[in-house]
Amino acid sequence: MQGKKKSALAYAFPKTIPVMTGYLFLGMAYGVLMSVNGFSMLWTAAMSIFVYAGSMQYMAVLLFVAAVGPVYAFLMALMVNARHLFYGISMLDKYRGAGKWKPLLVFLLTDETFSVVCNEEVPKELPEYPVYAWISVLDYAYWIIGSLLGAGLGNRIPFSTEGLDFALTALFLVIFTEQWLTQKKHRPAVVGILATTLCLVAFGSELFIIPAMAAILAVMTLDYQKEQQRERELQKGGRAA
Amino acid sequence: MNLSSGQMLLLIAAMAAATMLTRFLPFFLFPEGRETPEYVKFLGRTLPYATIALLVVYCFKGVSLTAWPFGLPELLAAVGTVGIHVWKRNTLLSIAAGTGIYMLLVQLVF
Repeated sequence: MQGKKKSALAYAFPKTIPVMTGYLFLGMAYGVLMSVNGFSMLWTAAMSIFVYAGSMQYMAVLLFVAAVGPVYAFLMALMVNARHLFYGISMLDKYRGAGKWKPLLVFLLTDETFSVVCNEEVPKELPEYPVYAWISVLDYAYWIIGSLLGAGLGNRIPFSTEGLDFALTALFLVIFTEQWLTQKKHRPAVVGILATTLCLVAFGSELFIIPAMAAILAVMTLDYQKEQQRERELQKGGRAA
Repeated sequence: MNLSSGQMLLLIAAMAAATMLTRFLPFFLFPEGRETPEYVKFLGRTLPYATIALLVVYCFKGVSLTAWPFGLPELLAAVGTVGIHVWKRNTLLSIAAGTGIYMLLVQLVF
């Protein structure tokens, strides 16, 4: 059958188009920001290649300008990126058995790549991990290309791109909706929305991520304990009957 | 720019190291060879949904509800994105339409 041997890349590419839009644009915005603050394209490239974490890179511009020390930068990056821990835990199962692909997949695990891969069911005739690897590598390439374009352009962008960054918001919204429509249990999603919104209101937009993670973890831990208890009771009931 | 190249390199290395630590730590703590604790497996089943929810809220963190336009462009574009997705279930279409709505709203309406 023609087209049966569709390559992993041909399958992966369309999955990355929303991220392409967002990363090219946000990467460009980052490059422009670095450039107008007087940092050469080489530093922009180094950041996008070695750090590869959007919100941290934006914050790093402030850290460079303030000339902070490396320990401060390290701790700041830990805090801003702590949400990656959740992605790792969520992907333990999916990336189990990824073998030689694993270091690459984990190195490239960003918000957007996580959101695409965690909801991805690769068709049986395709190799699973190369598909994830292509998705991850394409996203990485978009980010690097975008930031270099921005660094090259400086503030000479010819058309109004205002609002284009909504592509990433839309991507998360669509994945959220898709999960909602396909999952029977909505509790984790509801807990995520409520806990994060409450923490945003309580702690403000600069500090809310870590408290929100802690709150989500606390509720999930309680849920786990309840589930364990139910199972124990079920087992007891089973033995009695 | 007040930093020397050496200091810049050091800062980038520090941030890269911290970022990698946050990405690799779960996989180091729970390697494939050993049985992952039930509790962590439970988190692995539930956290993906809570985390996407967190990211959705994260995207709206900069929206001000107390000043014009009171988050209206974001709200309308978000409702549009979700509505079109429930209707057509086509990821690319929903994202393109939602982004288009938002760009029109912020550039021409608000």
